[in-house]
Amino acid sequence: MARTLFDKIWDAHEVDDGLIYIDLHLVHEVTSPQAFEGLRLEGREVRRPDRTLATADHNVPTDGTPVARMIADELSRTQVETLERNAEEFGVPIYSLGSDRQGIVHVIGPELGVTQPGMTIVCGDSHTSTHGAFGALAFGIGTSEVEHVLATQCLVQRRPKTMRILYSGELGRGVTPKDLILATIGRLGTGGMTGHAVEYAGAPIEGLTMEGRMTICNMTIEGGGRAGMIAPDETTFEWVEGRDAAPADFDAAVERWRELPTEEGASFDTEVSIDASQVSPMVTWGTTPGQVVEVTGAVPDPANDTDERALKYMDLDPGTPMREIQLDRVFLGSCTNSRIGDLREAAGVVEGRRVADHVKGMVVPGSAQVKAQAEEEGLDEVFRAAGFDWRGAGCSMCLGMNPDTLSPGERCASTSNRNFEGRQGKGGRTHLVSPRMAAAAAIEGRFVDIREWA
Amino acid sequence: MQRIDVIEGDVSVLDRADVDTDQIIPKQFLKRVERTGFGEFLFYDWIRDGEIELEPNPILVAGRNFGCGSSREHAPWALEDFGFEAIIAPSFGDIFYGNCTKIGLLPVILPEEHCRGIAEAGRARIDVDDQSVDYAGGVVRFEIDEGVKHRLLHGLDDIGMTLQNAAAIDAYEESGRADNAPSTTARL
Repeated sequence: MARTLFDKIWDAHEVDDGLIYIDLHLVHEVTSPQAFEGLRLEGREVRRPDRTLATADHNVPTDGTPVARMIADELSRTQVETLERNAEEFGVPIYSLGSDRQGIVHVIGPELGVTQPGMTIVCGDSHTSTHGAFGALAFGIGTSEVEHVLATQCLVQRRPKTMRILYSGELGRGVTPKDLILATIGRLGTGGMTGHAVEYAGAPIEGLTMEGRMTICNMTIEGGGRAGMIAPDETTFEWVEGRDAAPADFDAAVERWRELPTEEGASFDTEVSIDASQVSPMVTWGTTPGQVVEVTGAVPDPANDTDERALKYMDLDPGTPMREIQLDRVFLGSCTNSRIGDLREAAGVVEGRRVADHVKGMVVPGSAQVKAQAEEEGLDEVFRAAGFDWRGAGCSMCLGMNPDTLSPGERCASTSNRNFEGRQGKGGRTHLVSPRMAAAAAIEGRFVDIREWA
Repeated sequence: MQRIDVIEGDVSVLDRADVDTDQIIPKQFLKRVERTGFGEFLFYDWIRDGEIELEPNPILVAGRNFGCGSSREHAPWALEDFGFEAIIAPSFGDIFYGNCTKIGLLPVILPEEHCRGIAEAGRARIDVDDQSVDYAGGVVRFEIDEGVKHRLLHGLDDIGMTLQNAAAIDAYEESGRADNAPSTTARL
């Protein structure tokens, strides 16, 4: 029987009925301390330290603090130091503050080349779906499961349903992968992919860079999906080739990877078709990623209680054109959009322009390597000259566990993934957009249709 | 994990859809390195801002897509520490649902009309083995994975169970099936 990409990876990793072998376990400081403590209490060890990789990202200040012990916030410092101690005690490799390989866990995996096609990848973080862009089965887990994987290198899992989202047409000028996934979630709803491993397919997906594919897979969880995946192809192989952890026998690996894509005639539990040519630059107006409209649109009339509460929280009136919404802050960063390609696109928009007087803009590279690369290309100078704050690598204002937060009432255009109430700081108001849209919004101080600038 | 067979008692109601784990336990409380004591921070902003009131009853009835968003297990920890033993909703975020089952907080998926009925009744009795919820409006059955049910009924530790199967994991590794994945320690 014809099999899907998901079926092939699942079947290849089934140790026993409902028990899946994990090829790579990424670990960060927030969801792991209780798991390591659990191992300690039971006298257990990490089964495969050589398949485990830790980094500090959520609590990390982005002001250039060089080592964990110098983090000013006591609780954040304790959490990062705890990760460092646990990594040392259990023999897990770690890239913490000051390492030239530190960064957001979902940026450094692909960057080091440890994210490869056909793998099973987990992390105590819902945006682990990002790695599915390489044709891997990657998903977020909770702390109990982190402990389970540390101890056994396996996970007890119920086979999810499969969904294919098939895109047709061509993405319009100025329309980015971020807009495509926001429009998809807007159409399917925040629970539209629940219970499914989702494969994104079709010519518009095949035409994307790896960075664009990562943006799409990253936000799968915002549609409720368990995992997002894209079939590996030449673009994927080119990304992996030459990276630190690339297979020694690369040609043999590529041969294996070519067997992975979904076969003709394979069936999915759910199929969805979307015409990519109909997608415009998108902006969220509410407090879930599904509350989203075209930038040329207006704040909609509330359809239910959820919408009404969102409008109140966001302090928006129905009928207000999105392009009239004034901004206080702009955040370029997060595991969704902080890679070198994202920064190049944003820099292209701001070059020779100035951030509006009333706007405070910040750019946070996803990793120390992205930062170094951007600086080599002079992107930092472009951003600084435009009035942006150029920061160090970390999760930063995506989730406000570090000093980068919104103040109550502040309105922010953000390239991150969640516009939940208080996500970027209590009382903060988040609008999700693409890097280009965020860059243009910083210059104008309000949302603009980037297609008019292109 | 404690054994669960029957959960019976009064019902608290949170009539909101798409309640994300950022609301259940806001980010500032994720900095703790302990597993206990999260109950007092449950719905921290909503409760302190007077938006909602919640009694620590055994059962919480919630709206569609409850627990969406982040994978933080701190959310189930907080709900359990607050006093809830079961959560009934029309649907849950996948990761949240799984996390609940790992710590013995029972997630029950029921059609919306029954969720409303149970909320109105104010009291219910959940029988895990029978997979049923008994309330003033009648008895309604719910689906739960057999393996999960077995673990909940017997209060079994997942890791302990998997380690009993260590021979299968050894065999998988020895077969070479795990060998194609990259090492995180070599050459990096």
